[in-house]
Amino acid sequence: MSHSAATAPAVTEASIAVAATTLHVIRGKVPVLRGLDFAVQAGEITGLLGPSGSGKTTLMRAIMGVQVLTSGLVQVLGLPAGHPDLRHRVGYVTQSPSVYPDLTVEANVRYFGAMHRKGRTEAAEAIAAVGLEPQARQKTGDLSGGQLSRVSLACALVARPSLLVLDEPTVGLDPVLRADLWDRFRSMAASGTTLLVSSHVMEEASHCGSLLLLREGKLLAQLTPAELSQRGHSADLEKAFLHIIQDTAEVPSGSPERTVRS
Amino acid sequence: MNLLMLLATTRRVLDQLRHDHRSIALILVVPALLLTAVYFLYENETLPPGVPRTFDRVGLMMLAIFPFVVMFLVTSITMLRERTSGTLERLLTTPIHKADLLFGYGLAFSIMAALQSLVATAVAYWIFGLDIQGSPGLVVMIAVINAVLGVALGLLCSAFARTEFQAVQFMPVVVVPQILLCGLFVARERMNEALEAVSNVLPLTFSVDALQEIAANTEPTDQLWMDAGVIVAIVLAVLVLASLTLRRRTA
Repeated sequence: MSHSAATAPAVTEASIAVAATTLHVIRGKVPVLRGLDFAVQAGEITGLLGPSGSGKTTLMRAIMGVQVLTSGLVQVLGLPAGHPDLRHRVGYVTQSPSVYPDLTVEANVRYFGAMHRKGRTEAAEAIAAVGLEPQARQKTGDLSGGQLSRVSLACALVARPSLLVLDEPTVGLDPVLRADLWDRFRSMAASGTTLLVSSHVMEEASHCGSLLLLREGKLLAQLTPAELSQRGHSADLEKAFLHIIQDTAEVPSGSPERTVRS
Repeated sequence: MNLLMLLATTRRVLDQLRHDHRSIALILVVPALLLTAVYFLYENETLPPGVPRTFDRVGLMMLAIFPFVVMFLVTSITMLRERTSGTLERLLTTPIHKADLLFGYGLAFSIMAALQSLVATAVAYWIFGLDIQGSPGLVVMIAVINAVLGVALGLLCSAFARTEFQAVQFMPVVVVPQILLCGLFVARERMNEALEAVSNVLPLTFSVDALQEIAANTEPTDQLWMDAGVIVAIVLAVLVLASLTLRRRTA
């Protein structure tokens, strides 16, 4: 491997899990994503942060291949988003829990597991991973909101995906559980899973290896949490984000600034 | 197609239904109760000797119409829920093939329909002495094919409804004309040309024709098999149309 003068380490094809090129999405008549360019590193937790309505969910749908793109490209694990081969390798947890309320927790997880040839053992592991063992035989519809979203998460974990796309997975969870889940996400990333996690709570940014800051369908910045607090002149990531928004607002019609990670 | 995913879907749909005791009761008991009503409706009719009872004609047709109506309703609501709750979109991001999903549904509700028509047919035969030439097994077979027809049309119609309220409104549009024109109320050859032409292409017409074949002959006739074949072909065509309404990618 030859070393060039570049400061950043060489980014190889294989180390990129998701790449978007001039991605535009118009839903109805509203431009939701307005020219996004970014790459998500494999084996890392990438946070997708931005206020509500900034296009986070639409971006995740585009990555999952369920969103019709107006223009641009999304590559996932080296294939175009939505490619049939990706259905085995990519897991998706939507913001509102998409599970069957009239089935037990176990039946839900086993059904989604069956789509990936996973059986009882994997289902039990996925249920344990989200801490729902005591509720495994309860009807999903009888659970609390936070438990419901954990069932939805277990239905994705059971497939052991290489890329896990999570839309606001920690909403409505108590602090203890939230910490547990982030621990789990970290250990998954450590074992090679790529995670893309959206949130509108800035404090969660600290758990991520890399951040995509989205606002009004544009990418404000791609940086690490440390860089966020440095650029935003605050250890409080929420304040830092607000500072960056103010800074970019003062630069008229500038292209979104990108920071190359060192 | 993947048999494992198809059967997993069948199992899941039946499992969902299993938790819903009231729906199971409605599916199994209501047709038998309605059949009882039909029996007593014609209880006191006076017939010239040799003429078959009206119950033997109408009751027989009811055995095929009930599963069609019930399965249409159950399926269109269940599938609509699947579409609106996000589970369908989620499923379509997994390796499941659309056909696995649709046929999985079809199989699950066919099993329910078979149970339903067994109950209804048993009541018609043993309690009310339904008197026809052909075998009750063939009646159950036509009833099940009809139920699958209801499933297929329900799956298709669910694509055109945004709410459960709308889904129910499809019944008068899709189901009622078929019941009116299938030959139950007026023999088809006595209809005016326009109505008869419509009747000729409605799937339920073939079921009623098949049942009349069963009623009139001790052995299954070619006409019966042809009718059954036509309904099966229609079911497959409707399922293909329904699979086109399952979109993996949406705007």
